[in-house]
Amino acid sequence: MPTKSRRSPLRVLIAKPGLDGHDRGAKVVARALRDAGMEVIYAGLRQTPEEIVRAAVEEDVDLIGLSILSGAHMALFPKVLKLLQKETGTKIPVFAGGIIPDEDARRLRRLGIRAIFGPGASLNEIVHTAERLARGSA
Amino acid sequence: MTRARPSGVAAAIVGGDRRALAKAITAVESGDESADPLLRELFPRTGKVPVVGLAGPLGVGKSSLINLLTAHLRAAGRSVGIVAVDPSSPFSGGSVLGDRIRFERKADDPGVFFRSMASRGAAGGVAASTRDVARLLEAAGFDIILVETVGSGQVDVAIRGVATTRVVILVPHLGDQVQTLKAGLFEIADVFCVNKSDLPGSEVAERDLAELASLGPAPDGWRPRIVRTSTVGPSGIPQLWTAIEAHERYVADAPGHAAEVRRRLEEEIVGRVRDLLSERVAERLATDPKVRQLVDRVVAHELDPRSAADRLLSTERR
Repeated sequence: MPTKSRRSPLRVLIAKPGLDGHDRGAKVVARALRDAGMEVIYAGLRQTPEEIVRAAVEEDVDLIGLSILSGAHMALFPKVLKLLQKETGTKIPVFAGGIIPDEDARRLRRLGIRAIFGPGASLNEIVHTAERLARGSA
Repeated sequence: MTRARPSGVAAAIVGGDRRALAKAITAVESGDESADPLLRELFPRTGKVPVVGLAGPLGVGKSSLINLLTAHLRAAGRSVGIVAVDPSSPFSGGSVLGDRIRFERKADDPGVFFRSMASRGAAGGVAASTRDVARLLEAAGFDIILVETVGSGQVDVAIRGVATTRVVILVPHLGDQVQTLKAGLFEIADVFCVNKSDLPGSEVAERDLAELASLGPAPDGWRPRIVRTSTVGPSGIPQLWTAIEAHERYVADAPGHAAEVRRRLEEEIVGRVRDLLSERVAERLATDPKVRQLVDRVVAHELDPRSAADRLLSTERR
């Protein structure tokens, strides 16, 4: 399969699974990634795991960022990971942000979510982590 | 050209492998070398389906119309490949590609493929590789290709070389009749779509456009159709598609059609030569000591830039 040339920007899908309508965090992150030179495919609100994985395949992204504040992360994130594995075979790295209790975060990391950011996380740190994860998959 | 059986990645794309298609689009848009043999192999399978370009200013409803047009076409059993272009930042090179937000469909429908593209520095409303990406979608078997351009200004007419039918989308209150006479975007429209026709003023916009169309046909003899649509409701979507199809039928039989197709391909070849040449010259400028000496002489005003360019060109011919 083609390798990415050095010049081409990293592609990141930002999506909000579940039913909450709070997308400010996702937008702030999308903008920060844009300013860091990435191409952010912003899928927006109320995405099902199927829609997210389909978008990730069609857009050939290097990284997926999920934002959630509804509390449904333990139901939805594992479903995204499982579908992603099934549809792509390879593992496009997934990171997450939102209101996620520490204990859930530990379990989600074990399941394969590569990084989790809560309220107050530094944008710099998010951007650096996103870059590192995205390059790892390129 | 013979239509040889495709091999490897090309066969996967023709066979409907969505991941292979997505990876190939990435290769094409990144200028990756693996794209060349792929496009070579798939080119004989292209140039037959409608490629509909949708252009117009920011916020007129291009993405929403694409969503509804796609639903209309799916209901009629036609498959649809979509390329949606958004701008890259001239500052960071990054972009936010937000056209998927308006797009609704069944998550498991294999008859739709949606790809977002950043313009990556290209002016004119589409990316440099948008035409080739549309070809990949056609080779993958999609019946109709829709191309959404960057929310465009008056002169963003690059979609002309990509699409077989160009829809220019407007909304009420964008300006008076004289605006429609100005050069640029209005000249390339095969179909005018007055969107947001639920808002007051859409009749006036339609009348102004009808008057423009009545001033005389385009050079190919086609008189642009005007359709009013609304994405709330929605209304006018079947009429919009009928107008697009009417244009597709018209150009297929128009006497100048073959010449026009030829002219566009010539333009594409010239553009490709220009890109390859300037890439090579830029590389030599950076690496070849002899070329650097040549530049030194220009810097010292001993040699003029045109003569230096001539010499570079003459040493390119091998």
